[in-house]
Amino acid sequence: MTETMTHNKLIRMATQMADFFRSQPDRPAPEAVAAHINDSWSPRMRQDFVEQIRAGAEADPVVREAADLIRI
Amino acid sequence: MKDFIIPDRDMGTPAVKSDVTVNLTVDGISVSVPAGTSVMRAAAVAGISVPKLCATDHVSAFGSCRLCVVQIDGMRGLPASCTTPVAEGMVVHTQTDDVARVRKGVMELYISDHPLDCLTCAANGDCELQDMAGAVGLREVRYEPGKNHFARRDAEGPNPEYRPKDQSNPYFTFDPAKCIVCSRCVRACEEVQGTFALTIEGRGFDSRVSAGMGSDSFLSSDCVSCGACVQVCPTATLIENSVIQIGTPEHIVKTTCAYCGVGCSFDAHMRGEEVVRMVPGKDGKANHGHSCVKGRFAWGYATHRERQTQPMVRERITDPWRVVTWDEALDFAASRLRQAQQDHGRDAIGVITSSRCTNEETYLVQKLARAVFLNNNTDTCARVCHSPTGYGLKTTFGTSAGTHDFDSVEETDLALIIGANPTDGHPVFASRLRKRLRQGAGLIVIDPRQIDLLKTPHMGEGLHLPLRPGTNVAVLTAIAHVIVTEGLYDEGFIRTRCDWDEFLAYAEFLRDPRHAPEEVEKLAKVPAELIRKAARAYAAAPRASIYYGLGVTEHSQGSTTVMAIANLAMLTGNIGRPGTGVNPLRGQNNVQGSCDMGSFPHEYPGYRHVSDPEARAIYERVWGVELSPEPGLRIPNMFDEALAGRFRGLYCQGEDIVQSDPDTHHVTSALKAMDIVIVQDLFLNETSNYAHVFLPGSSFLEKNGTFTNAERRINMVRRAMTPRNGYEDWEITQLLANRMGANWSYTHPREIMAEIALTTPSFSGVTYDLLDRVGSVQWPCNENAPLGTPLMHIDGFVRGKGKFVHTEYIATEERTGARFPLLLTTGRILSQYNVGAQTRRTENVVWHAEDLLEIHPSDAENRGIREGDWVRVASRSGETTLRAHITDRVAPGVVYTTFHHPTTQANVVTTDNSDWATNCPEFKVTAVQVSPSNGPSEWQEEYRHHSELARRILPTAAE
Repeated sequence: MTETMTHNKLIRMATQMADFFRSQPDRPAPEAVAAHINDSWSPRMRQDFVEQIRAGAEADPVVREAADLIRI
Repeated sequence: MKDFIIPDRDMGTPAVKSDVTVNLTVDGISVSVPAGTSVMRAAAVAGISVPKLCATDHVSAFGSCRLCVVQIDGMRGLPASCTTPVAEGMVVHTQTDDVARVRKGVMELYISDHPLDCLTCAANGDCELQDMAGAVGLREVRYEPGKNHFARRDAEGPNPEYRPKDQSNPYFTFDPAKCIVCSRCVRACEEVQGTFALTIEGRGFDSRVSAGMGSDSFLSSDCVSCGACVQVCPTATLIENSVIQIGTPEHIVKTTCAYCGVGCSFDAHMRGEEVVRMVPGKDGKANHGHSCVKGRFAWGYATHRERQTQPMVRERITDPWRVVTWDEALDFAASRLRQAQQDHGRDAIGVITSSRCTNEETYLVQKLARAVFLNNNTDTCARVCHSPTGYGLKTTFGTSAGTHDFDSVEETDLALIIGANPTDGHPVFASRLRKRLRQGAGLIVIDPRQIDLLKTPHMGEGLHLPLRPGTNVAVLTAIAHVIVTEGLYDEGFIRTRCDWDEFLAYAEFLRDPRHAPEEVEKLAKVPAELIRKAARAYAAAPRASIYYGLGVTEHSQGSTTVMAIANLAMLTGNIGRPGTGVNPLRGQNNVQGSCDMGSFPHEYPGYRHVSDPEARAIYERVWGVELSPEPGLRIPNMFDEALAGRFRGLYCQGEDIVQSDPDTHHVTSALKAMDIVIVQDLFLNETSNYAHVFLPGSSFLEKNGTFTNAERRINMVRRAMTPRNGYEDWEITQLLANRMGANWSYTHPREIMAEIALTTPSFSGVTYDLLDRVGSVQWPCNENAPLGTPLMHIDGFVRGKGKFVHTEYIATEERTGARFPLLLTTGRILSQYNVGAQTRRTENVVWHAEDLLEIHPSDAENRGIREGDWVRVASRSGETTLRAHITDRVAPGVVYTTFHHPTTQANVVTTDNSDWATNCPEFKVTAVQVSPSNGPSEWQEEYRHHSELARRILPTAAE
């Protein structure tokens, strides 16, 4: 597996989270996705994820918005 | 079965629960017992043992042997004390001239048809018949030799009544010649185990115990080898082969089974350091004297010839192993780990704690990562089984644990079983559930397969919702839809215990027609009417309980499913009372404990996030180091990071990730990319094929510590023999930590538990002294609950108000199509455990020698597959071959297999899809194609070759 595939996987995982939080009424989905990522991903994974989004990787709008709220 | 060997005395008949107390006198001694108690048990309470043969407190009274007769003032004749209930003011005499004469006559008849080979009999010294002959003062047998069941032959030739021993079961022998037809075994099989494999055939003198039909042996019958019949047999008729070989035990070590999450208490019957037999503890609060074939009999792996007892190292994984001293192995391991950190950063190494090891061992391994590696790269095999339970129940209720104890099942009116197969995975719990089902409790099973629980003898109607794998959330949400739209919810409960506005929002979500059973039927393939029926039954039951397993968690929506389950319980008020609740059935013995002990990369012991400054301050103070506030890597993340070249070293204790984790290619490539892999295990497992250091581990019989079972019960594990490898596992972790500069100085696991209690609020009251005194406690155990907490969320949820989380169904990415038209789901079987490392090294292989692929007759026919054919199973991840078993237990379109054997490697086929919240792998849904095959796949051949090379051990210099 290459590094790119690892990155794709992070976006795939974030998209799964977005799919869940989209249907929750309590708070905006991007905020919830970012909180979940901040709680459970290592700093390196978070950094890779944000870099990937900033480099223009294709992603769900919720995932894209969540990237701005990631702690790095 | 004898009292001087088992300290908890046999009271003759089971205990009775009643609010009414009855007072009576037995032999002049006043005694008070609950109404409904037998005279025999009342006498036992008064300290008087009434002679008995057919009675035992394991099963209800039968009244057939007539040895327990007593005299009762005002009653005619001599009633049997086992079947006579006590009455207020009753005056009982257990020994009178009449009683003595009758008993002697009864014994004389019994002995007239019993061989008198006591000195060479396996039950010598442990035989109730022998004891009773002594107790009643039998001094002669006046009957002439005649027709009997025990003599092989007489002067005239072979005895037509004689039957040879049945030695078909690998663990026990049935010798009909010694049988007194007390029917204890038959009753134990029915009442305790619930299998109904045994019967008494014939009448009068022709009565014989028989397993199955006349032509059956014990092995070919329905017998599941739980050992209940052996345990209750008063003679040598049913006896453990180990007792026949070794002799009677001389001391007992009370301990806890190391197999499934039921956590049965066991008495290890020992002679010196040799186990003679394992007998389930009657005082065990999870199992109450019952067991299954694994815990009762499958412990021989501890002394199996393949057990590795010496440390080994190698430069490269292609080299043969070199046996070295502990010093050399630990130095090698420590310096390579430090080197990896120097070269690639502090976060480049990590640990995997074992859900099979003790709490104390697990605690030390995560402490090694946090306090010595100074990162949070710790995870546990619970990642791949119950991590969604942790997330789901914490979000909805506030704690990552089941709500009830197993005893609660005795009071349930309806059990909803989802994604679990208790008769195979959690057999002792299944027996307890079946007992309740026979008493009339309802049953709903939501599972792609028709599980054995649905075939429980003498139960009422069971509903089976055979859903398509991957549609749990849709079906559970449809059930909630019916409960809300038909007004079946418990408004009072919701208003007081949950947030009413949140409920209203959830109800609105549920009312949408897309959640209606009629819509869900289209994708889940469960008839809408069946979903409605299940919803109504669950809501209508006064006390309904939910038990679930990995068929819930191991999905891309695993966490959502757990929350959907929690929602159902809250909607119907089925929380906080006995007989209700939400209960995960944990896979391995210490899954609950390993999660509790801070094995997860984001949580300290007691589920406190590593970013929580208060929790971190506690550990920084006690451990004396500055700790990382950032979450570490989960197991699948470790693999991904390894392939990216950034994760270089792993200490893996008691888990076989190559066999148990999904997408084997991915796992092995990740391991190959690491500089140092340290495996600590009993055997050279599959993961050790990719390891540089092998540290031999100790079995549960060789160590002290605690396991925590699925009901949060902390049970003692006690050392019965010296570790063959020289050290208990916690000692090895300490040695490694100290090599890396830790300076730990624990001398006994009790000191580790003291540190756990000091730092973890929910464990603050737990000490070894307490556990020795009361047997076990369920956490939380602290100032508010000094003896633990059997039932959680009684007056309020731990988080305050229960939370309704919306449960939108999202189809998994793993879909069937033209290339992979079938859905593969995986599970386990009664006789084998997890990756089989233990059970494959016992006689349990007679029941399950290989993994088979279950396939529906129509799918088999379309592919030209016949019973027993070799078939190839391919997914987008990989392919393997195994033999087919054609059965309609699985629906068309679904295939099923187990993952107990490394030669099959079912996980070569499973994918890297995982739960959205926890990365728990989606083991339960893989799109596959099945086709006829001639033999092993290329991967299997390659793997076998690598495995042979990787397991070579260089001869030591001395040899």
